[in-house]
Amino acid sequence: MRERLKSSQWAGLGLIGGLVIFPFVIALLTGQPVDAGVPKFWQGMLIQVFILAVFAMSYDILMGYTGILSFGHALFFGTGAYTVGILLKHAGWDLGAALLAVIVIALVQSLIIGLLSLRVSGVYFAMVTLAFAQMAFLLAEATDFRQWTGAEDGLQSIPVPAWISPTNERLRFYYVTLGFTIVMYLLARQVVNSPTGKVMMAIRDNETRAKVLGYHALTFKLIAITVSGIMAALAGAFNALWNLNANPAVLGVGTTINALLMTIIGGVGSLIGPMLGAGVIQLLGYWLNVFFGPSWPLLFGIIYILIVLFLPYGIIGTWRLRGASWMALWRKRLQELRARL
Amino acid sequence: MSDWILTTQALTRDFGSLRAVDHVDLQVRAGSIHAIIGPNGAGKTTLFNLISGYIKPTSGRVLLRGRDITRVPLHRMAHLGIGRSFQITNIFPTLTVLENVRLAAQARGADNLRLWRNAGKLTAYIERAYTALRQVGLHERAAQIAATLPHGDKRRLELAILLAGDADILLLDEPTAGMATEQVPMLLDLLRGIRQGTNKTILIVEHNMSVVMSLADTITVMHQGRVLAEGSPAEISANQAVREAYLGTAFAGGQL
Repeated sequence: MRERLKSSQWAGLGLIGGLVIFPFVIALLTGQPVDAGVPKFWQGMLIQVFILAVFAMSYDILMGYTGILSFGHALFFGTGAYTVGILLKHAGWDLGAALLAVIVIALVQSLIIGLLSLRVSGVYFAMVTLAFAQMAFLLAEATDFRQWTGAEDGLQSIPVPAWISPTNERLRFYYVTLGFTIVMYLLARQVVNSPTGKVMMAIRDNETRAKVLGYHALTFKLIAITVSGIMAALAGAFNALWNLNANPAVLGVGTTINALLMTIIGGVGSLIGPMLGAGVIQLLGYWLNVFFGPSWPLLFGIIYILIVLFLPYGIIGTWRLRGASWMALWRKRLQELRARL
Repeated sequence: MSDWILTTQALTRDFGSLRAVDHVDLQVRAGSIHAIIGPNGAGKTTLFNLISGYIKPTSGRVLLRGRDITRVPLHRMAHLGIGRSFQITNIFPTLTVLENVRLAAQARGADNLRLWRNAGKLTAYIERAYTALRQVGLHERAAQIAATLPHGDKRRLELAILLAGDADILLLDEPTAGMATEQVPMLLDLLRGIRQGTNKTILIVEHNMSVVMSLADTITVMHQGRVLAEGSPAEISANQAVREAYLGTAFAGGQL
């Protein structure tokens, strides 16, 4: 057990190390400067993966660890994006204060949404959250607030501070986003490993039994939705900073479905799985688009079905279930090979 | 009056037109083992569900140490010292055996909302969990995922969860159901140990007559939602009405 924990920690450190040197590796491989051309492009690609990874992980805290299926997760992501955008563009706040405001607003928002909708569960909860998210979507599109939100055009040219400009300071933005993602992962891991997190998992497994043991389920669900909401809102804020805009689509159903897909593909209830899922979706989407053009979502649908069929527990889930026996099989084959040589 | 830790007054519960529990007046003496027996459908589990707050009565009251707890929400019951196990195994399937029991130990503590603590480091709860696991003989399976346990072990886990909760009143709903025969003496020893070593009260629904007769201080017989008879094991086994209504030929056949 201890040995396996160590190996997974090594894998994590290796992954982080790899991501830290990644821009320079690409620069070395292509012979291009690290802040231009192909290296810059791939930094951008990974920045989007990092942002989506945090978003997917926040969804996992809710769905994977607490067993709450939300169809309105875009609400938090989108609100985060619009909050940081409006505060930077129209209120002239500095970035730190705006991000703090994102956290505070997400906290209040998730508590309100939680208190209003956690009275129902399962599919009903999913529907209520969907309704809230659609309300926000319509609000963002409403022409009445055009001067603040840009209505259906979205909030354009958000004035991101020069030192972190995603166009001129791409490498710095890359490291800031990577750091943000690592911090969010460590926080999420702390939450799920805490006594509170264990109660969340107990509620996921068997809510009534948890109540009989003496746990007030609503309290723990509220904590889960709040942690998840804040994390999603921060991911949304980073998304707005990266794109320099926020448009109504960030509040749309597609955004929530994206989080759901990433979580399922990567593996529910593992934190790291949804992060991998974010990478898979983003990179797969990019390559499919390169090779097959605008019809790529069709192919993606087929791949998604194949993944669900053959990896029903997602990448990480299936690995945890079958990894040990696969490794044993490989070792056996290697031994056979060696014996033959 | 102070002798009675738990009493019910005219406790009644209807399911549609069916009266599952019908004006039951139950008095449970503190520190005793009180068994409830009766044929299937007599309302035993419904009575348990009413006492433990799992469902609310149609009418009547439940009193704990003289205090009305009829309308207390389910999650508060554990904090009042009422713990229960279930007839149908009711565990946390994807968590480990240890985590199942640790959650029970942690429930009444002050650490539930400590997001910055690591659950694996709360040693007091872990120790209590291991004590409970050792009591039911499951400590060697602590790291196993609960869903992968054989059925009999799940029954023992159910029991360990109850023990770790450290309730004053333990409600056991058919603890021997699905348990291997050779495990039954363990259960008997365990319950006797609890009665002798602590002043906990045990309320038990059980079909295994040898368990009931050798263990209980008081037996309440239920039949069609009502209390048919109440008394010591000797009184109950001598009661003609009980023989006819419930024990019937099996009882006369000398199963005792």
